[in-house]
Amino acid sequence: MDAALLLLVDGRFPAGGHAYSAGVEAAAAVGDVVDTPTLERYLLGRIATTGRVDAAFAANSCARLQCATDADALAVLVANLDEEYSARTPSPYLRHTSRRLGRQLLRAVTRIWTTPAIGAVSAVAGGAHQPIALGAAVAAAGGDANDATALSFHHLTAAVTSAAVRLLGLDPIELAVVQERVGRRCDGFRSDATEWASMAPADLPAWGGSLTEILGEHHGSLDARMFVA
Amino acid sequence: MSPPHGPHGLFQNDVRPAARPPSVDRALRIGVGGPVGSGKTTLVGSLCRLLRDELSLVVVTNDIFTSEDAQALRSAAALPADRIVAVETGCCPHTAIRDDIAANLDAVEQVESLHHRVDVTFVESGGDNLTAIFSQGLVDVQIFVIDTAGGDDVPRKGGPGVALADLLVINKVDLAPYVAADVDLMLSDATARRDGRPVMRSSLVDPEGAGEIADWIRHSLEHWRTGE
Repeated sequence: MDAALLLLVDGRFPAGGHAYSAGVEAAAAVGDVVDTPTLERYLLGRIATTGRVDAAFAANSCARLQCATDADALAVLVANLDEEYSARTPSPYLRHTSRRLGRQLLRAVTRIWTTPAIGAVSAVAGGAHQPIALGAAVAAAGGDANDATALSFHHLTAAVTSAAVRLLGLDPIELAVVQERVGRRCDGFRSDATEWASMAPADLPAWGGSLTEILGEHHGSLDARMFVA
Repeated sequence: MSPPHGPHGLFQNDVRPAARPPSVDRALRIGVGGPVGSGKTTLVGSLCRLLRDELSLVVVTNDIFTSEDAQALRSAAALPADRIVAVETGCCPHTAIRDDIAANLDAVEQVESLHHRVDVTFVESGGDNLTAIFSQGLVDVQIFVIDTAGGDDVPRKGGPGVALADLLVINKVDLAPYVAADVDLMLSDATARRDGRPVMRSSLVDPEGAGEIADWIRHSLEHWRTGE
């Protein structure tokens, strides 16, 4: 893998991800995640639902934005992706968070790469959704839809496990084992990446998790949070 | 200005606070960091009360729980509520001000854009350890706050905050007799570590106790604006 893509894989890339728990803080608060087995169950649920939606949008954004023939076509496609991703995220707070994370990713990405796709996603009012920004960034770094899918899943599993280490004091070595095991499951989902890359945004998967949205919305209403979501 | 020298070679730099680059037209961003309980929030509250009539101020807080420090400042009515915002720090306040500053920069730019011509943006860190320091990408100058009750050996232990901050504040000097802390020793240890950078003592029980620090901010702002 090229150095440019490795930058985007690295959790130390300054894109605000360190304060994102992918719902673990909220799930721990209601007792759904208390130890390593319950964390793994939570993670399996996330990758099969919102995790696959995020990966599909990252793949589609990565592949299709670089094929747009002119600025107008690019803007239309970005707006279409934005609308479709919003429709798949019922919680207003999680939509707000996704835009915030997208904005934070693009802050660093735009300093490194300038492509028409990066320019178009950076122009989204309020910030592009994180998976759409990630797809454009992966393309700029020389990656393809399959890479974008892998990165999207990797960031989800890393966010969930590192938040559990910090919030619950779970064993990071045990969690690395979990992350590898769940990662193989993610690799299985990646066989869909080629198909996701060529779909119209409206046809992309819409597997949701109502509990994810409800807990996300509840988390956003709290006065005291440690993680943004 | 004396040339930087001394035992802390890695920490040598110009003792003057940052001058504004000609291309930058925005508020002076001031980091306020230091250990848990040293009085950062109280200091920011005092400074807001001393400076708010002459300057347009906003505050970004970084506490363990998003709202603690922000709520304390709002309750103290230091500034109107829409001038105080909080950032989540993912259980790692030092990461949010040093390693991954994206969320803080986002919050700083948003709150600055909501108010007309902000003069000073305070970025308050969550209470942390002595190795914490603000990224130069986030703030222009930084104040590190320690206190007598935290132990009078803190300046001797040093660390990036104690050695490198543009201003070191030794707070709660009023408590020194009760915790057997030697303020003069703290001052001399700190001075030895700081290659001429300023050290101030404060007691914020007195509403005017942050007066000298407020003067330092006025001076820093003047320097930021004129580049001189």
